[in-house]
Amino acid sequence: MNKYYLGVDLGSTTSKAVIINDQDEIIGRGITNTRANYSVAADIAREEAIYNARFSILKKILEKDMELNPEYRKYISDLESVFQYEQFKVRIDKLGEELLKTCNSYLTGEKRELMLENLRNIRKVIKPKIKHAYIFGDLGSKNQFFRDIVSELYNEEVNKLDNSLFEPLMTIWDKSISPAENQAVEFNFFELVQKAMEVLREKYENLPENMDDESVNFDAEINLLKGKFYHVSDSLREHIHKIAQLEFNITNMTGTGYGRALLPFPQECIRSEILCHAFGAHAIFPETRTVLDIGGQDTKAIQVDKYGLVTSFQMNDRCAAGCGRYLGYIADELSISLNELGPMAMQAEKEVTICSTCTVFAGAELRELTNLGERREDILGGLHKAIIMRAMSLIARSGGVFNEFTFTGGVARNQAVIKYLTQLVKENYGEHIKINIHTDSIFMGALGGAMFARRNINADLPNAKKTKEMA
Amino acid sequence: MSKEQHEAIKENSMLIQKEMLAKQFKELSTATELGKKVVYTFVPGNLTELILSFDMLPVYPEINALQSGMRKKSADYIRDAEKIGYSEDVCTYVKCDIGMMLNGNIGPTGEKLPPPDLLLLSYTGCFTFLKWFENLERLYPGVPVAMLHTPYQEDGKISQDQVDYMVKQMNEEVIPKMEMVSGKKFDLERLSKMLVNSAKAEDLLVKVLESAKHVPSPIDAYFAGVYYIGPIFTAFRGTEEAVEYYTELWKEVQERMRLGLGPITPEGELKEEKFRLVVEGPPNWTNFREFWKIFYDMGAVIVASSYTKVGGVYDQGFRHDPNAPLESLAKYCMGVYTNLNLPQRVDLLEKYVEEYKADGFLINSIKSCNSFSAGQLMIMREIEQRSGVPVGFIESDLVDPRYFSYANIKNRLESYFQMLGQRKIIMKQVEAEI
Repeated sequence: MNKYYLGVDLGSTTSKAVIINDQDEIIGRGITNTRANYSVAADIAREEAIYNARFSILKKILEKDMELNPEYRKYISDLESVFQYEQFKVRIDKLGEELLKTCNSYLTGEKRELMLENLRNIRKVIKPKIKHAYIFGDLGSKNQFFRDIVSELYNEEVNKLDNSLFEPLMTIWDKSISPAENQAVEFNFFELVQKAMEVLREKYENLPENMDDESVNFDAEINLLKGKFYHVSDSLREHIHKIAQLEFNITNMTGTGYGRALLPFPQECIRSEILCHAFGAHAIFPETRTVLDIGGQDTKAIQVDKYGLVTSFQMNDRCAAGCGRYLGYIADELSISLNELGPMAMQAEKEVTICSTCTVFAGAELRELTNLGERREDILGGLHKAIIMRAMSLIARSGGVFNEFTFTGGVARNQAVIKYLTQLVKENYGEHIKINIHTDSIFMGALGGAMFARRNINADLPNAKKTKEMA
Repeated sequence: MSKEQHEAIKENSMLIQKEMLAKQFKELSTATELGKKVVYTFVPGNLTELILSFDMLPVYPEINALQSGMRKKSADYIRDAEKIGYSEDVCTYVKCDIGMMLNGNIGPTGEKLPPPDLLLLSYTGCFTFLKWFENLERLYPGVPVAMLHTPYQEDGKISQDQVDYMVKQMNEEVIPKMEMVSGKKFDLERLSKMLVNSAKAEDLLVKVLESAKHVPSPIDAYFAGVYYIGPIFTAFRGTEEAVEYYTELWKEVQERMRLGLGPITPEGELKEEKFRLVVEGPPNWTNFREFWKIFYDMGAVIVASSYTKVGGVYDQGFRHDPNAPLESLAKYCMGVYTNLNLPQRVDLLEKYVEEYKADGFLINSIKSCNSFSAGQLMIMREIEQRSGVPVGFIESDLVDPRYFSYANIKNRLESYFQMLGQRKIIMKQVEAEI
């Protein structure tokens, strides 16, 4: 039987889960927003990682077939999206119930009837929109967590209504979203995947004949699958059933992250995120000696040795300016999504000087600079640079940068942060410094956790043999 | 020997110290009525024997501040000092002390402390001392100030010129003012006799502190160490009582070593020593117990610390010398930890890591203490490079509870201990492979 190991990283903003096999290969990833109920967040991330792992096992089995038949690849990627939608649907129904419940308990008489009617109407608009977005892969680069997607759509609908409805509808929303989000929902993978296959069949049966129809993005793959849909779905059905019924045995697990103490894990399975981030980053880049991790509320500069063991670290104390939440706050100030910040900052022609010592003050500074006529892009350029300036001071305190440097954490997905980091690291520590940023950077802590989980059983030398220094 | 008997003996030195302190503060509270003169002075580079030789009573504002911190009074005192204009960045010992005076100068035992008859500014290793006493001078107008300037060990050694310079200050400034205030003539022979006691107690203290070289260590040289240094760093150096206290303490520690016992914590004996650490920097006083608990809960024992050397680096050989009283007082002042230059501090700490077989080196950086905090990152890096042990860095404050963030400190320390634990496992495997 295959052995799998789980790492859960409960961060201040997002909760991540990674599943590895006994070769330290990542086979499943799951991520969700952290919420009041930590154990729900951890469960969602873990479940998602297990679903993801089933799909990756499926893809591994079908590796050769997928190479030969691109329509197989399309079917599976479509199936994954629709599968996500099926989970989303259950959650949106729960949210709908919660909204109605709130409305019933806080309002009476005509007002209640009016709000109930509006809520039903909003729901009627939102549900098909979300379905379409998942089925046709239109979610775009925006945040993909349930809360963010539904609140954006809800806001959009409420804004279309009469002004007098705004406050009551938003109050109902505020009182409902957290209870809905903090509910544990159990899914049956097999049932869900079967429903997803059904939805997929509907999709391909009902594709518009006219390829100019703008609601669907007709690309080569969709056309290919369209012609062979029944054949593909029939030949994959058995494989899908097999992976759906695969017994998924997690041999050992490790919890990490700032909420680790609250995870329903035994004490010996809890590890510091500093060790996990370093271990994960070192596993992927064995020559790394310095790791910078910028998460939601922490910035950590970590020095590691050839074994991936931490020799020293420095963390921001007393203030979390310059971390992920700082960017979130700035995005809110500008009324744009977090994912749009980086690309906008990349358009900067200069960097406006901004103080990074306080998030709230930076917001005020941003408004002032906008009034003075500075371009948004240039202000954002300055803000991103300010974050890195702060991180550079932590790096210096931890002992500086030697040979290889790895950047991890959610903020490492921001292109502008990477730009300024690269610039400043090279300026301060030399052009020869190799900078690593992995596509899985946000999962590094969970990966390190999973690797620790594996080693608790099979204690061997982590990567010592891979490094040049050992030679 | 039964456990009960053993515990009873263990507590004896603590009881002795408690009695000593009660007596001291009782005496202080009645000083004015009894006509005893009072000298306010600092711990690092103090001239306790000289003060006592004039039958005057010393008061140490730093000790009062840390006691106020431990008794949860410091937040209010600091607030009151800030109300009258002391900035957020001023040393919190100073603000706590000023606040205590503004609130009636009630000492740690609940008894009122007498005002000073002399301010003896022994200016050693900390520039703030100078400003502190300038402020006390304003609070106690007309009280004479005697200034003793201790030259910093810039070159890493004490020269004869420096000794002469200090002795000259004692002869021309300090002693005449003490004679004036006390109305007594300086008695060199009496001072000399006291220094015999000082050296005896110093010998014993060194034995106690060095017992931590033993594995497992019978003492915690930081959290318990701050109690061990109490009498000798303050009003009791040079007295018979101090010699008795240290004799008793050393007896207890020897017994613990004989029985192979670990240090005593507020929750009883530490059962298993998992990590041995050298710590640089003073502890936090407002959350002293909580802070200590994070360590002993993880099985971490502090085997050596720089803080227990602020009132004298006795383990490196210095002893007060009855044959050269003033010269040895001068050398003592110049030799205290905060008067050492940074390379000397690094050398000393490196030696501790090696001699005490430490698994790690940790710095508790104090927000409002310049004399300790300057150079700590350099110290940390040097120790890491020279000794190869994992280093850790946490931040808190002396007596301002606003700067003790339990969750942050615990998070860092947990990570640090896990770092040490992981390293032990992996290093064992590496050794096994070789």
